Amino acid sequence: MADLSVDLGGIRSPNPFWLASAPPTNSGYQVMRAFAAGWGGAVWKTLALEPIVNVTSRFAGQNLGAYRMTGMNNIELITDRPLEENLREIAECKAKYPDRAIVASLMTECTRESWHELVRRCETVPIDGFELNFGCPHGMSERGQGAAVGQDPELVELITRWVKEAAHVPVIVKLTPNITDVRYTARAAAKGGADAVSMINTINSLMGVDLDTWLPIPHVDGKSSHGGFCGPAVKPIALNMVGACARDEAVGIPISGIGGISDWRDAAEFMLMGSSNVQVCTAVMHHGFRIVADMIDGLNNYLDARGIASVREIVGKTVPRFVDWNDLNLDYKIVARIDPESCIRCNKCYIACEDAAHQCIDRPADPRLAPVVDEEHCVGCNLCQMVCPVVDCIEMVRVDAGDTVHTWREKLSVPS
Amino acid sequence: MTLPPVNLGPPIAKRLSRLDVEIEANRCLNCYDAPCTRACPTSIDVPRFIGRIATGDLAGSAHTIMDANPVGASCARVCPTDQLCEGACVYNADENPIRIGDLQRYATDWAIDTGAILFSAGAPTGKRVAVIGSGPAGLAAARELARAGHAVTIFERDAEPGGLDTYGIVPFRLPAEIALWEAEQVRSLGVEFRTGVTVGETISADAILTEYDAVILAVGMGAVPRLGIEGEDAAGVWDALDFIRIAKMGGDVGPIGSTVAVIGGGNTAIDAATCSRRLGVPSVTMYYRRGPERMTAYGFEIEFAKVEGVEFRTYTLPKRIVVENGRVTGLELISTADDGSARPLPGTERVVAVDTVILAIGQSRHVGLLDAFGVTHDVSGIAAVDDLLCTSNPRVFAAGDVMFRPGGTDAMVVEAAQRGKQAAYSADLLLRTEAR
Repeated sequence: MADLSVDLGGIRSPNPFWLASAPPTNSGYQVMRAFAAGWGGAVWKTLALEPIVNVTSRFAGQNLGAYRMTGMNNIELITDRPLEENLREIAECKAKYPDRAIVASLMTECTRESWHELVRRCETVPIDGFELNFGCPHGMSERGQGAAVGQDPELVELITRWVKEAAHVPVIVKLTPNITDVRYTARAAAKGGADAVSMINTINSLMGVDLDTWLPIPHVDGKSSHGGFCGPAVKPIALNMVGACARDEAVGIPISGIGGISDWRDAAEFMLMGSSNVQVCTAVMHHGFRIVADMIDGLNNYLDARGIASVREIVGKTVPRFVDWNDLNLDYKIVARIDPESCIRCNKCYIACEDAAHQCIDRPADPRLAPVVDEEHCVGCNLCQMVCPVVDCIEMVRVDAGDTVHTWREKLSVPS
Repeated sequence: MTLPPVNLGPPIAKRLSRLDVEIEANRCLNCYDAPCTRACPTSIDVPRFIGRIATGDLAGSAHTIMDANPVGASCARVCPTDQLCEGACVYNADENPIRIGDLQRYATDWAIDTGAILFSAGAPTGKRVAVIGSGPAGLAAARELARAGHAVTIFERDAEPGGLDTYGIVPFRLPAEIALWEAEQVRSLGVEFRTGVTVGETISADAILTEYDAVILAVGMGAVPRLGIEGEDAAGVWDALDFIRIAKMGGDVGPIGSTVAVIGGGNTAIDAATCSRRLGVPSVTMYYRRGPERMTAYGFEIEFAKVEGVEFRTYTLPKRIVVENGRVTGLELISTADDGSARPLPGTERVVAVDTVILAIGQSRHVGLLDAFGVTHDVSGIAAVDDLLCTSNPRVFAAGDVMFRPGGTDAMVVEAAQRGKQAAYSADLLLRTEAR
């Protein structure tokens, strides 16, 4: 059994799986159920000095074919329950599950006094850390909070500093992806004294338009507003932002990875790309808290199979491999090879290459025979392998000698 | 037409649930140059019609199906899909092929339920074409000719169009309403249906040849031939097609007793047998002179008959029908050699008590009609055609059972539809060439 315990900027938890600040962490009842299921930590649904009012409806799902919720959009705001009620429940949860991390997500108006007041009141109960919600892209941003803060590096630094002045526990800054380059706000958080950053919050989105009524989806009495997009579809965007911050020395603080993490493999990928732990929401909204058992066992089995004693050993191991395009080896060459034995003759590879890539898959005249790659002209783009429905039928094979490295950066420096 | 209620039990094919449709339609890989399409005699673009179901475009899906196959709703019920589209699916038998037939039924059911009109007639050419017979081949030919702009008249002997699809396939496999809807689709293009008209009796072949610029012969086949054994004229001996027709159309087949013997090994024999079971006959046995592997009935039909409680006796030939007081009381059987020759083995005779004997040993040919149209045929009455389905009379084209050879896989509804289309395209080519 590998050691799954982690430490994020001084906040410890028995495993890296936290619930993100979101509907699943709205109440003590839910967090108790989550901890009973095995979650290592929970970031409480964002607290404020005064509760807000939410609308109905609130969520919309993106389906891909028969698969539900490849993505999710929401226009729910922060907690709509009184602060004291939330704090009492936090204390109850912490008393029952002292080994789990409970982090309070915070949001308030942009004054030093307000932030100090919120921190002071929250610290009246045992709490393991704060996460500053600088990411919520809808509703609160129109009031100058949430993503409105997270889009301004100066404000990020300023408010982080205010909170650090008052807080006695570690402070995480949660960043919005609705920005040109997340490294600027991550650096600002670090400069303001944050103990960690978490990313990504949700992406500005409009889920759809009802083709019968022509109303936006979801709608509130006939009107809608942009929401925040999350779920499996956002994972590549989140992973890129985590990687960008992980390899940026000016950020230099631990990262909590968020964005489409649905199983142990997603979690391992985020940790390899520099996340000290991960936060999950949409997968729980889809399947319930019970999924954490599979995440814990899956991650443990993965580590055991490789003889890795602690999950902390894998954090950031892929980061050095995540570089500028200019540093990629232009001499590296792979080509596709199709296994005629396992090929089922669907010809997806052929038509993808023919219409959308480099016209280098040939079909024999007899349709019972498998397509064949013209290796001379194959550019190794992977598209055929991506569209192939059969696991391991198309292999990408290295064909260069493997003994030379030439990069675009070198070419740029070569005098013409 | 309002059909009388037929109480022969529920249809075999269940409607897919919305969830089944969503999962199944989205499971299709959308293969390129898809083997399912290649395996379909009418070349229905299967991935396209399934993709259109997946995106909710049921009108487009039904159009894709019916465009390629004018009797695509019937085929969704009677095609041996395990030998055609589904048998060719890249998800092989072990990997659960896409339920193409069920999805095709779902899309065409949508068109039937909504009363959608899927096609329109072409700009008038001023040419007139007669289609003799309104079974799958005739309907397919008429539909394509009307879309090409020709004025089409269908001559149909029966009161309703559809041929075997309407009258000759048991209702729990293919309800008559489905075939009649397909005929309505053709009628909506302005095709004139002259039903209750027997060409050669009500109207002569010469009159048709004079009045029309081209003729499509799609007359199928005739009655079940005689076995040529003693007792065949007794009460209680049936032509399977007559039997099925009466039962399907809500008529009364009269007393058929508690034991029915069906002679034959094809799909019509299966239909007569399962129909008898659903009419309440406790003991129904099919007698076939060769081994089970030689039966021409589709595998799924044989399995269905077994589930319905039909018994099978292979390598068995009827020798004599036992008659008392003018009615069938028994059947004398003789075993045959198991070498495929169907040679009777003397000394193996025995008599079984039966109340009804149903003959399903193939169908006779409309030789006189072929002669009347000046169409050469072989000794068994199969019309001779060239690659364009043109007969020896250059204005007469033939499609469907009238030109299919027995024993092959030709005699499928879907093949008849394809030949009907091809005959129409050939006739259209002739008429357009002449018009220039």
